[in-house]
Amino acid sequence: MSGILGYGVYIPAYRIKTEEIARVWQDDASSIEGSLHMKEKSVPGNDEDTATISVEAARRAVYHSGIDPKEIGAVYVGSESHPYAVKPTATIVAEAIEAGNDLTAADLEFACKAGTAAIQMAMGLVDSGMIKYGVAVGSDTSQGRPGDALEYTASAGGGAFVIGKRKEEVIAEILKTVSYTSDTPDFWRREGASFPSHGGRFTGDPSYFRHIANATTMLLDATGTTPKDFAYAVFHQPNGKFPLAVAKQLGFTEEQVRPGLITPLIGNTYSGCSLIGLAAVLDIARPGDKILVTSFGSGAGSDSFAIEVTPNIESKRQRLVRVSDAINRNKVYVDYAMYLKHRNSIRKW
Amino acid sequence: MERGVAKTWRSANARYNLTGVQCTNCKTAYFPPRMVCAKCGRDTKMVEKKFSGRGVIYSYTRIFVPPHDFTEEAPYTVAIIRLEEGPLVEGHLVDGKKPEIGASVRAVFRRMYTEGSEGLIHYHFKFEIV
Repeated sequence: MSGILGYGVYIPAYRIKTEEIARVWQDDASSIEGSLHMKEKSVPGNDEDTATISVEAARRAVYHSGIDPKEIGAVYVGSESHPYAVKPTATIVAEAIEAGNDLTAADLEFACKAGTAAIQMAMGLVDSGMIKYGVAVGSDTSQGRPGDALEYTASAGGGAFVIGKRKEEVIAEILKTVSYTSDTPDFWRREGASFPSHGGRFTGDPSYFRHIANATTMLLDATGTTPKDFAYAVFHQPNGKFPLAVAKQLGFTEEQVRPGLITPLIGNTYSGCSLIGLAAVLDIARPGDKILVTSFGSGAGSDSFAIEVTPNIESKRQRLVRVSDAINRNKVYVDYAMYLKHRNSIRKW
Repeated sequence: MERGVAKTWRSANARYNLTGVQCTNCKTAYFPPRMVCAKCGRDTKMVEKKFSGRGVIYSYTRIFVPPHDFTEEAPYTVAIIRLEEGPLVEGHLVDGKKPEIGASVRAVFRRMYTEGSEGLIHYHFKFEIV
């Protein structure tokens, strides 16, 4: 099957602390930090959006892969915050990575799992022989209604993966992917609405836990594996707590999950979330390591992947911008007023 | 302010990827692209050249009273960058480190301005101090 040739992530420099948001709404910061397992989240700059984040991540991915971008046959960008309602982000990305015009491109939306859906679509085209390389991006500048619990976690960032199948280029082979999908109304945003709505506690058991558990179990059954066969596991991370809980429920240890648990550092980057978690694990993985990834998107569905790292990963590391470097470069903390300005929630009169 | 759609479309590669031209005779590189070499005149051919995006700050200024499209962004810094391939290029600096003449920069991809709430979004290279 096809595999990963290169990857890249991009996280905006700005951060707001959980305690700063709690100060404004007079919430108990330590209680929120304890329940969500996160202390701060990333905030997009005034001049950053899903297109700019996608471009930066995709440029890093293409450079890391070492391919000629003119040979890319498909660009898919998954997001729930595309800058245009009509006009693809994917064409902007394709132009900015100089992929030429001999390609197919489209934007995807599936709440937090559109990035892994993009990977599956690229895999299908590569495995069928329709294209040589595909680029899959998951990226968001996610929105949280002021004062809502989501405001503590909804952040900005993205990940991009180059998919191909030439053995000498693949750094991690995708052994199998399965999906579990149902019509579950746990989270939504209507056309023209500024902020999403959600079902509160309904986003837990019938949504996140049900879909991730089913997709992961289906993958383990399909590959004849058990949790012990995997060096790392990445589960979608709406906060720092859920992925540890679902891991325990499925029989994975905290040690398998911690290296890919990025939300406590930057918040929930929605479509970027599972891709950034996978990238963080690939940053440290050794040849032969097996990685399990299961995303979750509200609405609802989960894509699960079994991945095995190849020896090619070592030689490409010199071209890599690691997730830890992408997170820690030039961090700038903003207060709540500046955060509102960055989110275009307040404007000059 | 509304720009022509055609002009926006024509300049996308230059704006996104910092793509200029180079004279095939004297090898002088130019940005933005131009039809004729300033040194060799008509007797030479210009070919497309993509710049690395790396350079140093040649000069800069802080804008407090902006043109209409940049009202929300002000105050911001505009710099002249000496690209490592030679040309001087004007560009916005993204927020972050304090600018200094001679500081190293790299090109990044950002939103430059938007035409109101319903018009085009214009993307462009900017420079980040590294």
